[in-house]
Amino acid sequence: MRPLRLLSLVLALALPLAAAAQQITVSAAASLTDAFKALGPKFEAVKPGATVRFNFAASGVLLQQIAQGAPVDVFASADQETMGRAAEQKLIDTATRRNFASNALVLIEPLRGGAGVRSLQDLAGPGVRKIAVGKTATVPVGRYTRQVLEGAGLWSALEPRFIQADSVRQVLDYVARGEVEAGFVYRTDAAVMGDKVRIAFAPAAAIPVSYPAAVVSDSRQKALAGEFVAFLSSDAAREVLARYGFGTP
Amino acid sequence: MNTTNSLLASADWFPLVLSLKVAAVATLLALVAGVALGWVFARKRFPGDTVLEAVFMLPLVLPPTVIGYAILVAAGRHSPLGSWLREHLDYSIIFSWHGAVVASAVVALPLVLKSASAAFANVDRSLEAAASTLRQSPFSIFLRVTLPLAWPGILAGTLLAFARAMGEFGASLMVAGSIPQQTQTLSMAIYDAVQAGHDDRALLLVAVTSLLSVTVLVLSNRFFSLR
Repeated sequence: MRPLRLLSLVLALALPLAAAAQQITVSAAASLTDAFKALGPKFEAVKPGATVRFNFAASGVLLQQIAQGAPVDVFASADQETMGRAAEQKLIDTATRRNFASNALVLIEPLRGGAGVRSLQDLAGPGVRKIAVGKTATVPVGRYTRQVLEGAGLWSALEPRFIQADSVRQVLDYVARGEVEAGFVYRTDAAVMGDKVRIAFAPAAAIPVSYPAAVVSDSRQKALAGEFVAFLSSDAAREVLARYGFGTP
Repeated sequence: MNTTNSLLASADWFPLVLSLKVAAVATLLALVAGVALGWVFARKRFPGDTVLEAVFMLPLVLPPTVIGYAILVAAGRHSPLGSWLREHLDYSIIFSWHGAVVASAVVALPLVLKSASAAFANVDRSLEAAASTLRQSPFSIFLRVTLPLAWPGILAGTLLAFARAMGEFGASLMVAGSIPQQTQTLSMAIYDAVQAGHDDRALLLVAVTSLLSVTVLVLSNRFFSLR
């Protein structure tokens, strides 16, 4: 083969590899979808040559994926419990773990056709047939919901009315479609679909919702991943997160 | 062995019972509709008949999520049908096992339809003609001549439809949700168990599902070869 052709061939093969060398995959909780999608370009602007790919799902599901060997570099979950489990299973580099945002649990209802719920006790009323909650095994918002409802002594009483969702965004979808009369999501999710849902109230006994992020142990891009986690605490990132309704950690 | 015993003893068999129930009702609906439509497409010619048959066969090739979304749009809260049902009959198929039945029936129908159509086409028309010379009504001919000759093919298709209904996942998950003790079928239970990391439960459910499906398929093959 002519030297020029050989060089072109080598470059054509090597360039994708070179591009991959500066790419990280971030598995983030579903509630971070919009904010992280906005943060991606900001990070890439700060680190020229780097690309960030996102993978959004319930934190528990993401943990399972990482445990099964998914090629992920950063894990950002919606509660400390899931990150704690990741640390127990040695899936994250604990030295890199830090909290970067907070949120609040709210009860939402469809904009039209809602039951006019004003308190947790109203959920037991006749107007509320179905309540969407996250699956407690895998979805942090489901666990926050259970804590609140158990605190009010309502969890077992309301259990027959629960529709369990795979992620906080699915809870949001069920309420937006009007298929359930109420659902528990984060304040930031309610803002995303302000045209279809309204916040009925924020439960008084809500536990602080805290988001940690960490570098995954098996990451092949530890340095870049560490920089992304550090970036989440930067002023630029805080400003974006605040725009979407997230609070400081 | 001890862990297997305790696993079986404490296992929650609701998903299995529900899957059998949903598949049975869905197959029945698909059977009635499939036989009727199969007869029409085998015996009648009219403008647009191939297109119409293709429409009924669509669920066989469409992604389950498309079917699930279509049912949501057609029967959901804000649809004409859905809101009418909710207002006048206080009834909705969404988040109910009836929704799983509808989704399973839709995907099972093409299997019955194809088999019934082929089976009816293979029935010797001269036998039907002979019956009509003996002054049998068309419906009587269908019951006493056509159907008895076509039933092995129809039954084979119905068994396939049953297996398909048992395994239905995507569309029924979107329409009925996976509510434990209410709408969680076998495939949904496996999905939930895997997501939550309960591998032992997932394995047990997979074994049960596979055993059932293989049995149904073997039976179906027997009837296919009977034709």
